[in-house]
Amino acid sequence: MPAVKPIDFPPPFDSADVIGPPTDPVDDRIEVGVAIVGGGPAGLACANKLMQLLEDEPELTEKLGEVPVAVIEKGKVAGAHLLSGANVDPSALTRLFPDLDPADWPPVYQEVTKDATYFLTSKAAIPLKPPPPNFRKEGTYTLSVSKLGRFLAEKAEEAGVYILSETAATKLLVEDRIVKGVRSGDRGRGKDGEELGNFEPGSDVVAKATVLAEGTIGHLTYAAYDYFDMHGSDPQAWELGVKEVWEVPKPLDRVIHTLGWPLRWSPKYKEAGGSFIYPMGEDKVCFGLVVGLDYTDATFSVHDALQQFKTHPFIKKIIEGGKRVGWGAKTIPSGGYWALPKRFSVPGMVVAGDAAGMVNIAELAGIHYAMHAGMYAAEAIVESLKADVNSVNFESYDKKIRDSVIEKDLYRSRNMKQPLTRGLIFGGMMGSAMVATKGAFPGGHWKVEDNAEPAMHLGKAGDKYPKPDNELTFNKLDSVFLSGNATRDDAPNHVRIQTKVPREIAQTWVSMCPAQVYEIPDEQLENGATEVDVHVTASNCVQCGAITAKGGRLTLPEGGDGPLYQET
Amino acid sequence: MAGILTYALHDDEGNFNKNSLGAISEAAKLAGELGGEAAALVVGEVGDEACASLGNWGAAKVYRAKGVPEGLAQPIVDAMAKVIQDEGFTYALFGGGLLGFEIGAGLTARLNAGVTMEVTEVKVQDGKLVAERPILQDSQIADVGYVSEPGIIIGRLNAFDANESGGSAEVVDVDVELSPWSTKATMVQRGEQRGADVNIEDADILVGGGRGLGAAEGFKQCEELAEAMGGAVAATRAVVDAGWYPYAAQIGQTGKTVAPKLYLAAGISGAIQHKVGMQSSENILAINKDQNAPIFEFSDLGVVGDLHKIVPKLTEAIKAKKGG
Amino acid sequence: MKICVLVKEVPDAAVQKRIDPGTMRLDRSGEKNLNPFDTHAIEAAMQIKEGGAIPVEEVVAVTMGPDSAVRALHKAVALGADRSVHLSDDELAGSDVCATGYSLAKVLESESPDLVLLGQQSDDGECYTIGAVVADHLQMPSLTQVIKIDVSDGKLRCERQAEYGYDTVEVELPAVISVGDAINEPRYPSLKAIMGAKKKPLDGKATGDVGIDAGMVGESGSKTAVLALNPPPPKEAGEIIEDEDTNETVEKIVAWLDERKLI
Repeated sequence: MPAVKPIDFPPPFDSADVIGPPTDPVDDRIEVGVAIVGGGPAGLACANKLMQLLEDEPELTEKLGEVPVAVIEKGKVAGAHLLSGANVDPSALTRLFPDLDPADWPPVYQEVTKDATYFLTSKAAIPLKPPPPNFRKEGTYTLSVSKLGRFLAEKAEEAGVYILSETAATKLLVEDRIVKGVRSGDRGRGKDGEELGNFEPGSDVVAKATVLAEGTIGHLTYAAYDYFDMHGSDPQAWELGVKEVWEVPKPLDRVIHTLGWPLRWSPKYKEAGGSFIYPMGEDKVCFGLVVGLDYTDATFSVHDALQQFKTHPFIKKIIEGGKRVGWGAKTIPSGGYWALPKRFSVPGMVVAGDAAGMVNIAELAGIHYAMHAGMYAAEAIVESLKADVNSVNFESYDKKIRDSVIEKDLYRSRNMKQPLTRGLIFGGMMGSAMVATKGAFPGGHWKVEDNAEPAMHLGKAGDKYPKPDNELTFNKLDSVFLSGNATRDDAPNHVRIQTKVPREIAQTWVSMCPAQVYEIPDEQLENGATEVDVHVTASNCVQCGAITAKGGRLTLPEGGDGPLYQET
Repeated sequence: MAGILTYALHDDEGNFNKNSLGAISEAAKLAGELGGEAAALVVGEVGDEACASLGNWGAAKVYRAKGVPEGLAQPIVDAMAKVIQDEGFTYALFGGGLLGFEIGAGLTARLNAGVTMEVTEVKVQDGKLVAERPILQDSQIADVGYVSEPGIIIGRLNAFDANESGGSAEVVDVDVELSPWSTKATMVQRGEQRGADVNIEDADILVGGGRGLGAAEGFKQCEELAEAMGGAVAATRAVVDAGWYPYAAQIGQTGKTVAPKLYLAAGISGAIQHKVGMQSSENILAINKDQNAPIFEFSDLGVVGDLHKIVPKLTEAIKAKKGG
Repeated sequence: MKICVLVKEVPDAAVQKRIDPGTMRLDRSGEKNLNPFDTHAIEAAMQIKEGGAIPVEEVVAVTMGPDSAVRALHKAVALGADRSVHLSDDELAGSDVCATGYSLAKVLESESPDLVLLGQQSDDGECYTIGAVVADHLQMPSLTQVIKIDVSDGKLRCERQAEYGYDTVEVELPAVISVGDAINEPRYPSLKAIMGAKKKPLDGKATGDVGIDAGMVGESGSKTAVLALNPPPPKEAGEIIEDEDTNETVEKIVAWLDERKLI
């Protein structure tokens, strides 16, 4: 039987379609100084830093016009689409607001003072002593990134930034190979793209500088990679994390990571990943399961594996008597150093944060890199525009990134993730050796594989998931509801996939998607057809991005759609 | 004396509204506990006998304001405010329905009185009325008390049952001077029937169809059953999405919210997105072949079986019963 | 004429709402948004303004609420209102329907509108009442739950569904009208309008500025008090029938329906 690979079923999507010149008449265009796409840590750190720098540059501020800085955010509010662990290295927070003690930051729950790592078997939890060095989190701060987004947006607004939430940046405006800004998406289209009665067309937002800080699956970013030939030496890869927040009767006193059960870390299954369990003050904990998307069992589901994970006595004890109050899912770029773009700037534009793959997956760190990158972008843009307000050359940003902790850390961890798909023991040993030698051993270039490359098979992961009991374990639709997603049903489908595919591919999407977007019709499930239809319920989508990793393409729905994460 | 005044709405033929009769019965019961009397206000040219007949539902007295038109709230606010003040009523109670909300709200302003709406039950505590109001999608019940008199209570639709107690009410005519602003809205046409476009939010009985119907044609069974029962047809997101039924009938998070007396769910699994739109239904009857379907967790009667076999026979049986 | 639209900031529909056990009030700490029903009221105002049957000089969005309510006003202005008024005072916290209606009437009085529009209900539980309370204080005619408004000869012709079918009612101005969501499909704001919203005038008012008697508002001025919050009575576990003999099953269903007077 031939190997069935998602990469052989590419989505009907051409990145050239989302790049083009401005189309609005010149007088109708919205002019801003710096257009930042994405209200996450990178974009908002950039916005705040820009305003700080511009305070000392009245002349330049004047030249940037009425709206010196605008942040375009597709979520209902900045933070609505943000989800992470997260233990955050405070260096970026203190760099952005030196007068604020990170412990006093509203999104912060506490400083991490104790951590532990366990290896799980189906019944036991065996502490790893000492914990693997890459999981040591002492000195970091536990925070909610969706709250961080709200906080940074509030600060930015106070400083005079325009936060344009509920606005999707659907097109990169490029003229003469220079990025001129972005176009916002239309609103009020029907299922077939027709204009409804309240149709409101998008607008061209033209800018002196454009910052792509779109996060994990950059809609415009990857189109720009294609257009400007920015791809790194290896393709980007992702892990998918599903996370829950629980109110619990007793506080958790440490940060916990687990490896092992219920994931199958063998070369056959490649379910490389693990869990995190973090305290959130006195009455809440959050936890999640993060798994590399190069796994091979089409019936594997991170959401359901997380439900299974909760039935382990070790985790059950932590959340017993508690109540689930939050749920969400998001991919994390995991390609690391080798998947970084060839360059971080092109004429008129820079990329920052997760969009540029600035994540050190081995150390579960990305938020402070994103913020640092945003600040470097701000500095580079101000330097450049100060010299010449019409300059489109932001190459000093590249140098700043190359010289920064971002590139250094990613280089050190450059080969840590790849061996993990060869099994936990081999991967773990290699990883420890790499940490111990700061990446010097064994050196070289371990190739990052495209997530859509491994052949999929119909395995048995799906048989082991617990039936939801609505107390400890929950189904996908209940979870989507809890994410606050209430997307209009008659909006156009924003998920691009082939809709007639081998069963292995269809089942991969059905199981993988934490939001129950994909379904195989009942009769085809039962009749054993080898090629099946895939029905898409796009309004369930929480925009985690996993589909892009495994053979499809997530594009942008109408601004304001998707989840409304509160404390993830 | 703690008296409770209600308002008895009537149609153009002089028939009283059943929610109003329910309010009178509830007021009579509560007034009994408080040691007072229940009374009703009637506006327009309603005959002595008809007015007195409200005694059968528990009204001791009926105040009739002949010169006040029926159908719009503000003139009735004038009438009720006058009777409450002249006769010293301590509470005004309304059955569900649009006019009850408007009159109750108007009295709130006029008498500087506390108001509770969407009330499902009223109880007596320490000689005072306490209104129970479900809040947050009926997940909690707030007990609302009044810090001064009078207090206004507006019931949820069908909250109060009308009970015949026998008896006849004393009819008292009252003269009411209308406020200048009360005459500035005039009824052009009342109670126009607009045929086929049944508003599912107002239907007492809904037959909801889900994916278990198998195909768009499956809705025919639902329509026939709904017709036999005198109800309307509703649908889940999945089937609307699949184009089996129009969006106007969609119940749930991104559709309409309904609370009929009966929600008959045919082939509906009961996902939360649907549940939030119909969980307040008084009675939920579910037919589904999957015994693990979540709908069985919140249905009052669950039938595990093939709806294609059950629904047509049920339709026949109901037709037979109604016919016979 | 001048149209005032009453708007309100409410917890976003997507947020799981809860009651703060300390104050027995709705916990408003989560994500908030402009009450969806109010967007229909704004749209109705815009359609009257754009319809041209009567000249509309100004559409003013009016709200009462804490500082954060400014965001709801920005949204209202982005949707077309010309300016906004924000009544905000610590004294107002905890106001019930009676006190809220009085306060809103006072702030409206200071604007002397020819028409007040509002959504018929708000996502946080105040339903169908505020319009009629405000109207009585303002001594204006009023209609709630309106699904169609036509303007002719300086009067409004409104339609709504009442107890016995559709009513058509003529209302003289000035008036207070609350609208249902069936009245229109609200527009999306353009990006330009969103960006311009902060530049439109916003007047902040305290209770004293509009002559509100502090004794009549807030928790102490309210006429109702939440005495207790209880879980709803446990719902009896449903009965389950396995369909073995369909005739028998149908008989059982009919008997069940009959018992509940549903046939």
